[in-house]
Amino acid sequence: MSLARRIIPCLDTDGARVVKGVHFEGLRDAGDPVELAARYNAEGADEVVVLDIAAARDNRPTFLETIRRVAEQLAIPLTAGGGIRSLEAARAVVRAGADKITVNTAAVERPELLSELSAEFGAQAVVLAIDAKREAGGWQVRIRGGREATTLNAQGWAQRGVELGAGEILLTSVDRDGTQSGFDNELTAAISNTVSAPVIASGGAKVPAHFLEVFTCGAADAALAASIFHDQMQSIRALKEFLRGRGVEVRLPC
Amino acid sequence: MNVTLIDYGACNVPSVERALRRIGAQVETTNLPEKIGAARCLVLPGVGHCAALIAALDAHSLRQPLIEAIGRGATFLGICLGLQALYESSDEAPNLAGLGLLPGRVTRLPENVKLPHMGWNTLKTVRATRLLESVPPDAYFYFAHSFAAPAAGEESAAVSEHGREFVAVLEKENICAVQFHPEKSGATGAQVLRNFLRAAA
Repeated sequence: MSLARRIIPCLDTDGARVVKGVHFEGLRDAGDPVELAARYNAEGADEVVVLDIAAARDNRPTFLETIRRVAEQLAIPLTAGGGIRSLEAARAVVRAGADKITVNTAAVERPELLSELSAEFGAQAVVLAIDAKREAGGWQVRIRGGREATTLNAQGWAQRGVELGAGEILLTSVDRDGTQSGFDNELTAAISNTVSAPVIASGGAKVPAHFLEVFTCGAADAALAASIFHDQMQSIRALKEFLRGRGVEVRLPC
Repeated sequence: MNVTLIDYGACNVPSVERALRRIGAQVETTNLPEKIGAARCLVLPGVGHCAALIAALDAHSLRQPLIEAIGRGATFLGICLGLQALYESSDEAPNLAGLGLLPGRVTRLPENVKLPHMGWNTLKTVRATRLLESVPPDAYFYFAHSFAAPAAGEESAAVSEHGREFVAVLEKENICAVQFHPEKSGATGAQVLRNFLRAAA
């Protein structure tokens, strides 16, 4: 008995449709979230993440109807986020069917939000998303979809976030996101070896070897990717078979 | 099959309801003591903080009707915190008494592993249980918790491990419970729920 490493497809949406972009820019349509969620559920995804990437930018209300329709399709956990700034907004997302809530910019601006969410829903439902950009001597935390710098160091912020009540870290490399050049394994290992909570690596995945590397060198507990799954460049089942063949424990659905 | 789903405000009530409906159950979601007291098949979901569950049961005056319904022989399924609440006490809520239907104390998983225990893990069967009929021995289930009940109790039917062994499936007469989330465990989770409905029929 041991815990499997998780493969998590991510649906970045503009509210209603799945979109994709490089370095958080240049968005284009990538499909219907409900259809994609149903496919991933059947293919053996371990969880699904749905983000409203437009919400933080222009303050649009989160897309509760999309969450509701996606949750309908899933017999696996659903994480939702994008623009959640208050306990009230998080309640609405949970009521719509999300098992976990992810927060990013709002937690940087008001860290107590993590404690409030954790007290209400439990730490296992609170995912702190951190967008990290490499700089001399470490990684800087970025907010507002990666566009705005902060003075926070990613390791310190991850640790503080877990202390405040986050039960998981969703760690995106701003440098790698959308490049398909592999996860930032050094960043992932630095955070994963610092915090006591599980770390989901994100940003840069293309081929199965990238996942193998982030689970071994990167010490990731889970790995997240978007476009390679949406475009059917990579099937989740084939990816898991590859990983299992190389000694990584993964769940292959019956 | 009619199932009474206890809704004390836990976030996973809608997911559990959806999962039960998918396999053909008629689900009544309620927090009324008289309905719970009269139920023949009860499900207590739960996720989050144990103190919140126990406090909510007491705030809605559900503790006694629940204990009495189980005492009368209603088939019961506890999920996650719904399993932990069956014991006498929990280190997560040291000032509150559990339902006390099973002896023992729920404790935190060790610090040498990442917490919460979050994700898909397998089971080791300790003895036959109706809940795991037709479930492959290497099946994975979704867990999301930091506290767990002891593995050694006579009610324990299957254990899992994260830092230490803990009870993952228990069955004692009409009391069933699982530490994982069957409503989030794909096809194998649905099989466990079907097995529970069959046991309750």
